[in-house]
Amino acid sequence: MITVKPEVQVPEKKLTQKNNKPSVYKTNQLNLWYGNNHALKNIDLDVKENEVTAIIGPSGCGKSTYIKTLNRMTETIPSVKTSGEIMYRGRNIFSKDYQVEELRTKVGMVFQKPNPFPKSIYDNIAYGPRIHGIKNKKILDQIVEKSLRGAAIWDEVKDRLNENAYGLSGGQQQRICIARCLAIEPDVILMDEPTSALDPISTLKVEELVQELKKEYSIIIVTHNMQQAARISDKTAFFLNGEVIEYDATDKIFSNPADKRTEDYISGRFG
Amino acid sequence: MKYINHESVASNTRTRLVKNTVLKGLFLAATLFGLIVLGILLYRVITQGSGYLSLDFFTSFASRIPEQAGIKSAILGSIYLMLVVAPVSMFLGIGTALYLEEYAKKNKWTEFIRINISNLAGVPSVVFGLLGLTIFVRYFGLGISILAAGLTMSLLILPVIIVASQEAVRAVPKEMREASYAMGATKWQTILRVVLPASIPGILTGSILALSRAIGETAPLVVIGIPTILMFTPDSVFSTFTALPMQIFDWTKRPQVEFHEVAAAGIIVLMTLLIIMNSIAVFIRNKYQKRY
Repeated sequence: MITVKPEVQVPEKKLTQKNNKPSVYKTNQLNLWYGNNHALKNIDLDVKENEVTAIIGPSGCGKSTYIKTLNRMTETIPSVKTSGEIMYRGRNIFSKDYQVEELRTKVGMVFQKPNPFPKSIYDNIAYGPRIHGIKNKKILDQIVEKSLRGAAIWDEVKDRLNENAYGLSGGQQQRICIARCLAIEPDVILMDEPTSALDPISTLKVEELVQELKKEYSIIIVTHNMQQAARISDKTAFFLNGEVIEYDATDKIFSNPADKRTEDYISGRFG
Repeated sequence: MKYINHESVASNTRTRLVKNTVLKGLFLAATLFGLIVLGILLYRVITQGSGYLSLDFFTSFASRIPEQAGIKSAILGSIYLMLVVAPVSMFLGIGTALYLEEYAKKNKWTEFIRINISNLAGVPSVVFGLLGLTIFVRYFGLGISILAAGLTMSLLILPVIIVASQEAVRAVPKEMREASYAMGATKWQTILRVVLPASIPGILTGSILALSRAIGETAPLVVIGIPTILMFTPDSVFSTFTALPMQIFDWTKRPQVEFHEVAAAGIIVLMTLLIIMNSIAVFIRNKYQKRY
């Protein structure tokens, strides 16, 4: 068998700086079952503020399930059972008095397939603020502009805010979805393979955007593209069969992984 | 070794083509049968009835004299009946569909309910008439009124509206709901702002088609026992009334040929009403249907 050296570019970063940033998400001994299928096993993960945390791993390793647990989207599936705790800013998101609507206002999500509503671009962005009770047109206008600028798509759509978002290209639609997510002014943005349905140029734009966004937001991104994880993330967690095999600074994971399985995966030997 | 023998294929081709032509003719005949019967029916109704269609026909009450007979009480009765049936059946139907699709847990009980709603759509209308007679007319003491008949008709078309609404709601992609929930929207906000706007064309189409069934339905009215000859117009939902199909039914039973022609005129009015309602349904479906 030919051993392929990992041809992954590792961007230069301050190596292993002492990380004193506060935690956004602290996952303690999280287990999740789909019926009898044990999909997440004893997950421990500590996500820091204003960082991009990438989650990589082969298909079916539980990475999408994990990110959907962080804003409790897994609850919509009836057979799901969980144990353990996820502390978001020091509060267990599974506790009974934590309203899921409140959590999801602080934790935005961008999905794998661009899923704008079949409404105008303006109404798409204003959707979140409106459901949270903002009716003032001036304020909505400001939110829409700020969010579209934040998602680096303002210049492309500013003259056609009243057109249906379905008329945009896939890459633009995905940035509209990111803007829609920014409009609720979240603290954390969860991204579930946000570029897997996009062409390389749109992918690049979204990646650049993620670099911009991390100044203000904490980002957790699931990706099956290892180069992407290496390019944009500060930390990387490697999931395999529902377990966290390794979680460390991205440059450490890609240059000197501690676990043999991580090395095999990032060097393309499986997955 | 070849599995296809090209010589025998060539010799077989003729019989296969003949079979094809024969079946095509058979299916064409099946289509034509329905069309021709319908054509004859329309022709007979229109030639018989059109002579009686005039403004007086709409403004006169029923009469012993065919020339003076009209549908004033019947057409008003049908309209009032719809004013009860439309809101009641649509609220109950859409509400049930939304509950079953959006709120209820998917388990064997809801599955059981789902299947039985579809089955209810096939229950004969006479049975619904008996139900209405027992419950609304007698038990609730509503008497032979617009309200009692309206509630009975609502029950009759409820399964159709529920099934049509469920299908329309189910056709809204899961991703749309996820996007809404992920921004902290409640179920009701998601239904109001995402699910309903996308499914309302389907819901309305189904509801209007169901209502047009209710407007032409006779059996439940016969069972409830609403009168056929009425010399006044109803003044509230509690007054008694008659409806177009009842009036037509009564005229066709009479021995005089002239009354059969009056009945034909009534049928023309009823059919025009149905065609208008169905056209509205088609219009809504074509104009507002969203594609994902």
